[in-house]
Amino acid sequence: MIVAEPKPVKEILDMVRDLRKILIVGCKGCVTVCNVGGTKEVAILASTLRIAAKKNGKEIEVGEHTLERQCDPEYIDEIRDFVADYDAVISIACGVGPQFLSERYPEIRVFPGVNTKFMGGAIEHGIWSERCAGCGTCVVHYFGGLCPIARCSKSLLNGPCGGSNNGKCEISKEVDCIWDIIVRKMMEQGRLDELLEFKPPKSWMTARDGGPRMMTREELVK
Amino acid sequence: MSEYKSGSNLEKVLKAGHFAFTGECGPPQGANVAHLKEKAGHLKGHVDAVNVTDNQTAVVRMSSWAASLILLEQGLEPNFQMVCRDRNRLAIQSDILGVYSNGIRNMLCLSGDHQKFGNHPEAKNVFDIDSMQLIHTAKTMRDDGKFLNGQEIDVPPELFIGAACNPFAEPFDFRVYRLAKKIAAGADFIQTQCIYNMAKFREFMKRAVDMGLHEKCYILAGVTPMKSVGMARYMSKQVPGMDVPDNLIKRLQGAGKGKVAAEGIKFAVEQIEEFKEMEGVAGVHLMAIEWEHRVPEIAEMAGVLPRPQV
Repeated sequence: MIVAEPKPVKEILDMVRDLRKILIVGCKGCVTVCNVGGTKEVAILASTLRIAAKKNGKEIEVGEHTLERQCDPEYIDEIRDFVADYDAVISIACGVGPQFLSERYPEIRVFPGVNTKFMGGAIEHGIWSERCAGCGTCVVHYFGGLCPIARCSKSLLNGPCGGSNNGKCEISKEVDCIWDIIVRKMMEQGRLDELLEFKPPKSWMTARDGGPRMMTREELVK
Repeated sequence: MSEYKSGSNLEKVLKAGHFAFTGECGPPQGANVAHLKEKAGHLKGHVDAVNVTDNQTAVVRMSSWAASLILLEQGLEPNFQMVCRDRNRLAIQSDILGVYSNGIRNMLCLSGDHQKFGNHPEAKNVFDIDSMQLIHTAKTMRDDGKFLNGQEIDVPPELFIGAACNPFAEPFDFRVYRLAKKIAAGADFIQTQCIYNMAKFREFMKRAVDMGLHEKCYILAGVTPMKSVGMARYMSKQVPGMDVPDNLIKRLQGAGKGKVAAEGIKFAVEQIEEFKEMEGVAGVHLMAIEWEHRVPEIAEMAGVLPRPQV
């Protein structure tokens, strides 16, 4: 899933400090799963804005709405009849949400309420970890099913570097050295010879480096 | 065709079978050319080549190619270091052509310390290719006369290609294989991480020799003399992939006030003496960090002077 975290409340309050009618829009996709942008979080942010306004002696009207998904025009359409009643929208979906809203409702000001972090998953309740860099050409099968592009600090394809220490990355004791895990796993599986194969430079043309990406599936295009 | 790959002094010294002795010089954090020349001056005549570091520890300094050219003017042979952190494959290949065109003949290929350590931790890193691929790139450019895209190079750069090896990083059992991989990718010589744990290094070299790696590549053992107990502790705790045994720290402590540096040098000299005899070791790479002025006496004490003229 796409993992996000709430923006600091102060930052959000600063963004909307001159606005009186605000619609908070949540999303039932990834951000609901990672407890940052679903119906519950929409309600919490709405209360926070109301309380802050009251404290400052300001009149404010905050609407709440959670869409099935914000990455799909079909659902974005759902707010068309009342979005114009507001001065602004705060989207607490991933970075896709505020953009789809901005594109569909160009007359409305849209603010992001969360910081989109990475593609990953929950390794424990309340702890998420990155797994995919979206490079566009998956190669995890060469590395024991683990991705050094997303998970090695230097994206080494021929690791590990000399900074691997007690299974941790040189950048932090909190970060696992993925190459340590890859090497141990491959050696245990008797697949050392695969790791000894030189991995040539990767083409980043399918990654963000190749420019903004689009995908067309002809059979699905009406 | 030349019998040499690059014709660098370092290559000639090693090929002639001499025990090589290389030094290191970090470029200044500024344009202080006088200071760079002064540091390099201490190394002149005492080493076969001088590594010129490339924004080491991710701290901005005068560029390694520029500092290498200044050393070249001073009559020293640079070993130009290049890291993959700050350059993509376009910049890497053009810098290789640039340094070669200006007379540089040795290059050390490194991934580079992560910028998080350095003085610009907010920077975006590159890591378009890794150190293994950098070695292979330099070799492809030299031996095949081709760029990474397969296009022919109009006068290929003939560099003596170096790589680093850290026998003390984990997983230990894989390290000798990674060395083999670097050699297969095209490394002509290796300079190891600073060695303090001699027992572990002996074991590592035994494995390397058993695999015949010393016959395919020149392995230079890395030595950094300890200046103080504080430095030893710092290296032990703070520098990733560094293995400083407690008994070395105790030995330095035992030297007494004002004598720790001398003890550090004594240990380094003992190491060099052992490396001269160790099977598979073709030389020493002395990294006397901000201690360039002590290199002549270390070289003298270690009995590696005068340097051979090949």
